[in-house]
Amino acid sequence: MKRFAAYPLLVAGCSGPLSTLEPGGPAAADIAWLWWGMLAGAAVITVFMVGLVLLALGAPRPVREGRWTLGLGLGLSMVILTPVLAAGLWVGERIIPRDDGVVTVEAHAWQWNWRFTHADAEGAPVESENTLHIPAGQPVDVLITSEDVIHSFWVPRLAGKLDAIPGRTNRARIMADEPGRYAGLCAEFCGQGHARMRFDVVAHADWPPVLNGDGTEAK
Amino acid sequence: MTDAPVTSAPADAASDIPRNPPQRSLTLHRALARVWANDRGLWGQITAVSHTTLGLRFMATALVFFAIGGILSMLIRAQLATPQGAFLDTELYNQIFTMHGSIMMFLFAIPMLEGLGIWLLPKMLGTRDMAFPRLTALGYWCYLFGGLIMLSALLFGVAPRDGWFMYTPLSDATHSPGINADVWLLGVTFVEISAIAAAVEITVTILRQRAPGMKLTAMPLFGWYMLGTSVMMLVGFPPLIAGSVLLEIERAFDWPFFDPARGGDPLLWQHLFWLFGHPEVYIIFLPAAGVMSMMIPILSRTTILGYGAIVAAVLGLVFLSFGLWVHHMFTVGIPHMALAFFSAASVLVAVPTAVQVFAWIGTMWKGRPQLVLPMYHILGFFLTFVMGGLTGVMLAIVPFNWQAHDTAFVTAHLHYVLIGGFVFPMMAAATYWMPLITGKRRIDGLGEAAFWVILIGFHGTFFIMHLTGLLGMPRRIDVYPDNPEWIWLNLTSSIFGFVLTIGFAMFALDLILQATLGKRAARDPWEAPTLDWAMPVPAPNYNFASLPLPEQAACGAAQAALTLARGEGVLPGAPRGRREVLVSTVSGARPLHVAVLPGNTALPLALSASIGGFVLLMLAGLYALAGAALVPVAVLIWVWARGMAPSGDMAQVQAAPGLRLPVHFRAGVTLGQSGLVAFLVANGTLFASLLFGLAFLEVVTPGPAAPSASVEHLTMGWAMGFVVATAGLGVLAARASGSGAALAGLLVNLLALAGVLWIGAQLDDPTRHARDALRAVVAGYVGLHLLVAAGMAGFVLDQLRRGEITPDTPGAAPAWRLWQEFTAVTTLITALVILVQAGVV
Ligand code: HEM
Ligand SMILES: [Cu+2]
Repeated sequence: MKRFAAYPLLVAGCSGPLSTLEPGGPAAADIAWLWWGMLAGAAVITVFMVGLVLLALGAPRPVREGRWTLGLGLGLSMVILTPVLAAGLWVGERIIPRDDGVVTVEAHAWQWNWRFTHADAEGAPVESENTLHIPAGQPVDVLITSEDVIHSFWVPRLAGKLDAIPGRTNRARIMADEPGRYAGLCAEFCGQGHARMRFDVVAHADWPPVLNGDGTEAK
Repeated sequence: MTDAPVTSAPADAASDIPRNPPQRSLTLHRALARVWANDRGLWGQITAVSHTTLGLRFMATALVFFAIGGILSMLIRAQLATPQGAFLDTELYNQIFTMHGSIMMFLFAIPMLEGLGIWLLPKMLGTRDMAFPRLTALGYWCYLFGGLIMLSALLFGVAPRDGWFMYTPLSDATHSPGINADVWLLGVTFVEISAIAAAVEITVTILRQRAPGMKLTAMPLFGWYMLGTSVMMLVGFPPLIAGSVLLEIERAFDWPFFDPARGGDPLLWQHLFWLFGHPEVYIIFLPAAGVMSMMIPILSRTTILGYGAIVAAVLGLVFLSFGLWVHHMFTVGIPHMALAFFSAASVLVAVPTAVQVFAWIGTMWKGRPQLVLPMYHILGFFLTFVMGGLTGVMLAIVPFNWQAHDTAFVTAHLHYVLIGGFVFPMMAAATYWMPLITGKRRIDGLGEAAFWVILIGFHGTFFIMHLTGLLGMPRRIDVYPDNPEWIWLNLTSSIFGFVLTIGFAMFALDLILQATLGKRAARDPWEAPTLDWAMPVPAPNYNFASLPLPEQAACGAAQAALTLARGEGVLPGAPRGRREVLVSTVSGARPLHVAVLPGNTALPLALSASIGGFVLLMLAGLYALAGAALVPVAVLIWVWARGMAPSGDMAQVQAAPGLRLPVHFRAGVTLGQSGLVAFLVANGTLFASLLFGLAFLEVVTPGPAAPSASVEHLTMGWAMGFVVATAGLGVLAARASGSGAALAGLLVNLLALAGVLWIGAQLDDPTRHARDALRAVVAGYVGLHLLVAAGMAGFVLDQLRRGEITPDTPGAAPAWRLWQEFTAVTTLITALVILVQAGVV
């Protein structure tokens, strides 16, 4: 819970099982910070621009061309855009998968369901439909594939989305700080059943989990 | 001025051209009106080629499609107002959002800007019509028929339903059986004929038909913006056309371009689509920015700040916009390092946009903005577009994009830029130019009210949609029973969505009232310095009784209008009873010759109807018949070309005292030749798109490698060498003159075509592997070009036989030469590529 304690006031209107603004893991948290920063900047710029336009409605004033086109147009925009771009690249580098031997699970999409696979204690594959089991508190790589059309694997509270494309395998990194259930969905339009192509991610404190036949955790 | 020395050579600089003596305005008007008039009645609507008629018709039709797209958006919003949706089933909902997006992009925005350019450019640049009036009409009919095909599909419940970007494999024959996807692929491609046609003629008109002495570097900014737009269309649309043709062939004949099981790649479609799709949004934005650059200074009683900077910004945008398409594909699994490049390019594109916005605001500071109705919409533009631009920068940031992509946040963003950056400027433009269109004044009040309702409705609908998206709501879903937290957001959006629609309805009503009940407008109501107002209101079909000289254009529209109407400009009246315009040099607009434009004809309608027949037969799956339907198309194209044959009075034309100009049949680079060059730019891009596909499948696609070619390499190599050599001989023939050369050209092209057919028969079964399929398509491309080259050689032969080609009148020979050279080069490249791929070289 420590991550969203950082902005308690905002959480009220911004929470929800699929909210990118109520992050449950480091990637989503980084991106949420990026968003709040960009939002603040965008608000300031909007006010500034609207102010400039409203000021223009008065009497004519002397203007120097270079100040507007070069100074504001080129200069100011570069000054603002460069740090935004840098911050984005920095965050991106932090959250992408790297070769560090983390737990790897599989997500296979087809119209309109998900089949997830993780390894049990013996290393044998365990399949589950529409529920992905991962360990809590550690990074997990998801190998994403598709059977038919393009789908997209997205657990908004954990990380950004990554497409499931037939003929390709994509690797996404997710991590849940706390044990619990996180909602996920297919984000790329995939036909009739798209709206209902939901799934859950269950983060377990003990890994690998001991599951009952129906996929629930054995106590 | 009038006693300038009389010389018979064209004046060196257009500013040296003396004025013509004044005549009676009414006499001139009568003569011109007769020559440039449409035919009477309904037949007149069918045969019209006038840019004024067709430009308005483009815009009016686009407005109808806007209304239809708007109704569909209301259905979407009604469905999303509650979590259970209830009243549309998923199948229908998918058709509706797909059609909403496709209609708004392809049947509203693009045709609207084409219509604006077609209607306004000749008026603003000081000429009487677009370069290719019959092409204008052809474009219109293709647009109308393509649009009607798509609409009927909606009525019959078989409309496209895979989203407006039609991602494969969802849109392939396995996952989208039925004709829904074919309607999109064929319908949109049919409509895009009008985009290519408009792009060709807009380019040529801007470069070759400006008023004498109107330097490229001093033309109204709208000219620069439309030039940027048309160049982008020439290069941007071919990838889409290539992709659509490939996907349609895949659906119809099972050639696996995009099928991962047989070496194809769904991402190839995405690249081709967005290679078009991203430039597309700038294609839509630039004309809007162009009218802003005209209206803002005029309505602020001043001149534009930073003309040079704006031109540089436009050129920068055109260049940059081709380097960002991948930002629509940040989630497909491209390595982060590569994404960083496209992220940087996407962020960078905000800079030239900012330059323009600040130049406009600076212009308003410099002047005294008048709070008239167009200015309201300009202010609405600033607020909305700035916000849309800012969310655009956010979406260009890769990690944020991974969260926001494909959610309601993107829906919000795209409407901020499209409605902010296109619809608001278009509303400003409509209220600004209505007096010139209708000759009527506005009725005060309703327009202002409409503006406020639209502004409130728009932001009420779309502002909170950003939050909806961040709370996880994906786009393109019809129900959300498990997410009560989205209900109030969606309900609010839906309510304001209806407010927005009411606003648009009020706006439309205002236009209708102005057109029907408005009082007569005065000339030049905005006291503009530009040529578009230097004519009577409503604008006559011929625009100018005589074409403006620099010193006339400089003295303000009202003043210029008088002297031009008296025939004191260049090329006064219509004394030879035919439609004449001035053709000049590209940069300095020095008059070179007089082009005789074609008059009213039903040929464009016939040609587009025959293309429509082909499209319908393809849709019906009657492929053999569809092939046969291309015969009338070819015949009509021949008839079309016959219409360009040298005829009539070939004498030099006295355009001004001392300025005698040849007619275009006897002149150097004609409008037609410039147009062919522009077309070949688009055609070359199409070819490059196919080669891009071959390279992409070879290098990027992970699927099964192509089985090695089963043809004997050596014979293949010889055969291709033969084709290349004969196509090269064709060039020699086209460069020579005389019947013998033309006959030789005809024969070598046919020989080369036979060679291609033989090679085609030896190629591996195209259904086997994507590479084999694409290779067959490239061979087909070459074959088609050889066939056309043969046709052109035959046409020249025919002209020689008729005696139309003489040492003075080159006829169609220069066009054939250009085409033959293009064909030879593409043939050579194709042969090299295939040989390299087959491992022969
Ligand atoms: C009349 C006001 C409009 C309203 C209320 C409206 C509403 C919507 C909504 C709710 C969607 C999202 C459907 C979904 O994915 O869940 C949508 C999609 C879209 N709209 Fe609009 N829209 C309007 C006008 C426009 C205009 C003027 C344009 C373009 C010039 C446009 C272009 C699009 C496009 C391209 C899509 C994406 C379609 C797709 O996902 O395939 N819309 N619109
Ligand atoms: Cu899916």
